[in-house]
Amino acid sequence: MSAPAGDDVLVRVEKLVKHFPVRSGGLVRRTVGQVHAVDDVSLSVPRGKTLGLVGETGSGKSTLARCLAGLIPVTSGRVTFDGRDITNLPRRAMQPLRREIQMIFQDPYSSLNPRRRVGAIIGDPFAIHKTAAGAKRKRAVQELMERVGLNPEHYNRFPAEFSGGQRQRIGVARALALRPKLIICDEPVSALDVSIQAQVLNLLADLQRDYGLTYLFIAHDLEVVRHVSDSVAVMYLGRIGELGPRDPVYGSPRHPYTTALLSAAPAADPDTAAIRKRIILAGDVPSPIDPPSGCRFHPRCPKAQPLCSQDEPQLEIKAGDAATHVTACHFPVMAGENLAAVGRSGSS
Amino acid sequence: MSVGGIEVEGREAVAAEAQLDTANVEGRTQWQLTWRRLRQDKVAMASLVVILIIVALALAAPLFVSITHHPPNVAYPNTGEDVAGNPVGPGTNGFWLGTDGTGRDLFIRILYGARVSLFVGFVTTAIGAVTGVSVGLIAGYFGGVVDTVLARFTDAVLAFPYVVLALALAVVLGPSLSVIIAVIAFFSWAAIARIVRGQTLSIKEKEYIEAARSLGAGPFRIIFLDILPNLLAPVLVIATLYVPIAVVFEATLSYLGLGIQPPTASWGNILADAQNFYQTSWWYVVFPAAALLITTLAFNLLGDGIRDAMDPRTERVFAAGRARRRRRRGKRQALADGGSDVSHVVPSVPPAGGS
Amino acid sequence: MAIVGFLIRRILTGIVVIWLVATGAFFLFFARPVDTVARQLAGRAATPQVINTVISNLGLNQPIMVQYWHFLDNLVHGDLGYSYYTGESVDTMLKQDLPPTISLVIGGLVLWLVVGLSVGIISATRPRSVFDRSANVAVLIGLSMPVFVIGELLILVVFVPLNRHGITFIQTGYAGISQGLGTWLGHMILPWIALAAVQAAVYTRLTRGQLLDTLGEDYIRTARAKGLSERRVTYRHGVRAALTPVVSQLGVDVGQLLGGVVVVETVFSLGGLGQTSVEAIYTDNLPVIIGFVVLAAAFVVIANIIVDLVYALLDPRVRIA
Repeated sequence: MSAPAGDDVLVRVEKLVKHFPVRSGGLVRRTVGQVHAVDDVSLSVPRGKTLGLVGETGSGKSTLARCLAGLIPVTSGRVTFDGRDITNLPRRAMQPLRREIQMIFQDPYSSLNPRRRVGAIIGDPFAIHKTAAGAKRKRAVQELMERVGLNPEHYNRFPAEFSGGQRQRIGVARALALRPKLIICDEPVSALDVSIQAQVLNLLADLQRDYGLTYLFIAHDLEVVRHVSDSVAVMYLGRIGELGPRDPVYGSPRHPYTTALLSAAPAADPDTAAIRKRIILAGDVPSPIDPPSGCRFHPRCPKAQPLCSQDEPQLEIKAGDAATHVTACHFPVMAGENLAAVGRSGSS
Repeated sequence: MSVGGIEVEGREAVAAEAQLDTANVEGRTQWQLTWRRLRQDKVAMASLVVILIIVALALAAPLFVSITHHPPNVAYPNTGEDVAGNPVGPGTNGFWLGTDGTGRDLFIRILYGARVSLFVGFVTTAIGAVTGVSVGLIAGYFGGVVDTVLARFTDAVLAFPYVVLALALAVVLGPSLSVIIAVIAFFSWAAIARIVRGQTLSIKEKEYIEAARSLGAGPFRIIFLDILPNLLAPVLVIATLYVPIAVVFEATLSYLGLGIQPPTASWGNILADAQNFYQTSWWYVVFPAAALLITTLAFNLLGDGIRDAMDPRTERVFAAGRARRRRRRGKRQALADGGSDVSHVVPSVPPAGGS
Repeated sequence: MAIVGFLIRRILTGIVVIWLVATGAFFLFFARPVDTVARQLAGRAATPQVINTVISNLGLNQPIMVQYWHFLDNLVHGDLGYSYYTGESVDTMLKQDLPPTISLVIGGLVLWLVVGLSVGIISATRPRSVFDRSANVAVLIGLSMPVFVIGELLILVVFVPLNRHGITFIQTGYAGISQGLGTWLGHMILPWIALAAVQAAVYTRLTRGQLLDTLGEDYIRTARAKGLSERRVTYRHGVRAALTPVVSQLGVDVGQLLGGVVVVETVFSLGGLGQTSVEAIYTDNLPVIIGFVVLAAAFVVIANIIVDLVYALLDPRVRIA
């Protein structure tokens, strides 16, 4: 996995599978298919570190996050938190764990109840877990507000009176309230203006340092992930394509999909930008109800060979990579290769 | 955050705001904002006044009896009927609006009819609202089998011809006030439940519900703290729009003879008897009809007004710049700013029995 | 074909529904103490002998399930019993009352759909115009008025003055087509307006709302950008999409239509099924009422099947499943 043996792992996911049944309409619903949202995913996050999870819409990253948070039941596989198996725990058993696993949501406009005051929203965790009440709770909430960069005197305001960036801070304060160990950030900055994104990301980094938090950071934007992550996992259609520490993955990506994603991001250096060509992937993301055979990426992969449609590749260390950098690909991208020049019939 | 309408972020904004505002400013609740908007709607305000007047008149009915000396069920064949035995017109012999078929004071009877109508309207709507909200919430929140069963049952009730039910109950129980209340409540809870269920389903999809669950909140906490407060707005609109439906229902059933029986006055049975006097006594039809029409119109206009006041798309109370940006961000944010999506809250088609 | 399967399924469900309704009505009325039932049937002034005669004639002493069986048996054979009041068979009575009701229903339905849809469409295509605003006012008034009030006002304002001036075209009561098309129209036109008015208001508002929503959609904007004429855009694309909720609303409204029919028949003395069944209440004429209840259920079921068929026709996405 991404952490060498012996390292302190906080969260481990083993062979996680999540399928959603597709039902036909009518009075008696029959199951006519399955949405393969997450298919056999294994990864782990070391304590105090950040794992960035990247993928397009439909890659299954949000589903994976929710399985981890215990919000949706798992079809098969195992989730381990701090040494405990927490897979599909009943609500009562899961309850104390909710203090340790928290989530920050994507949409600042719908992740806060518009009818409730901000102080009440941030104070919710204290109320639910009965850890502080009355004046003590108010003080704790105001401290939190200050910590995340909000004016504690706005305790009685409604979410509508805050900007998008501030609403996300409210969400962060709420997640932070009970000093969790793990915070799952589900695209926390995707809905924010670019200039605000940096501020929120900096806040998250500060908090991680101060409180020893562990993050699972989900995003579709590679540049954002590069900024915050210690290690990165790239997901496609429910499976992990590439997994490893940040620098090797960004510096020498092995999976064609990773390479394509990286090429789409604008390069800061104009010279590099001139040289680097966009890799355009053919087609659209297929439906997760009927994923392609073999390697799921093969219909769009510029390097695809007949083997790719027959045999599903497993995560393996590729030539020259560290033990922590694994890729699931039969024909990984090697150093010096320019994928943009490769046609589908593919010569390397 | 916004300082004087300009978006400013970061610590400078916090400092600037601290200079502008006093400490511990309380945000205005959604209700306060709605009331402000409602106050500016002249039509809605007028309707509210009309309703209050009608309620006052209905409550003051005994007072009017002592002024005119005409109790509602007492006939005055001498002063109240002309030579041919027909009702006398408005203003004659101390009958302010004339008399009815047996020489009773029409104005007084209309007032007492108002008491019946308003009573039925409020009581049945209250019953319907409480039941409807409960059923709709449970069906919407818990989903699955519970939802399927409840939703289908609700649909079946809604499609049921109310007249048939009224007929059947009238046979068994005898025509009475109970029949009316039973039938109307039977229908209105289903209509309200259906709307509440729809609202609950859409609220359930919001991320803040998911956030509450991820915090460990149990179903009751989520229902009472997160869902119910967001439901109150549409429910208020629906309730206001259902009162006139109930009033018309009662009038129709009494008209058909299935409800309030004479000599007790109800606008419905007054208008039923008025049919015998088309040729001679227009006031006997016009005044009760006008009372009915004004009452239902007032509630309908008020309900529409409340709905518009709650729907943030229709009015901008804030600065133009902010409003422009809000419009660009669209409805999604406008809803998050404290409005609720009540634009589609329309009561089910009122029964053709007049609703 | 899928349609055949659909029809069969719906007809079977419909039969079950009708059976349930008939059963419910039967038990509601007859599962009471024998004395109560007999007394109600025999009339308020009945002596004990009369009551006993009624009990033995109608077999009210038999166990309830036996009575129920007889009831079902008769029902299936189309025999709804005899009116206690007039002695006629209920079937005959109901058949006599059918023509006015059918005239009323069909005419009213056509009128309300035509007016509702056209006013709604025109309003939506000319939002905020004078037409739209006045239509809105009319709708609001129409929604607030009970059907019987509209009926009474119509009589007061149209029939009475016309009659007074010797114009006898408009009449109350019913006259079949056999008595002349003009006569029939003259009798039916006010009832049609009364029945249609409220529903037309509802449908105008519904159509207008749906059409406005649809016309705001992106694909309409695309059609316009493609250069299609405004009329084509509105009718071909907009109206078609807007119609589907209207049609599904119709299914629900069928039940309410019955209420309107009963009221209008009473106001205008048309003597149809509705009026007869209401009058049956005054005479405690149970068989007539049960007959009406069963017929009403059948009507609702059939109407819903038709509506579903039309809906599937309009919206190709709907599978007849």
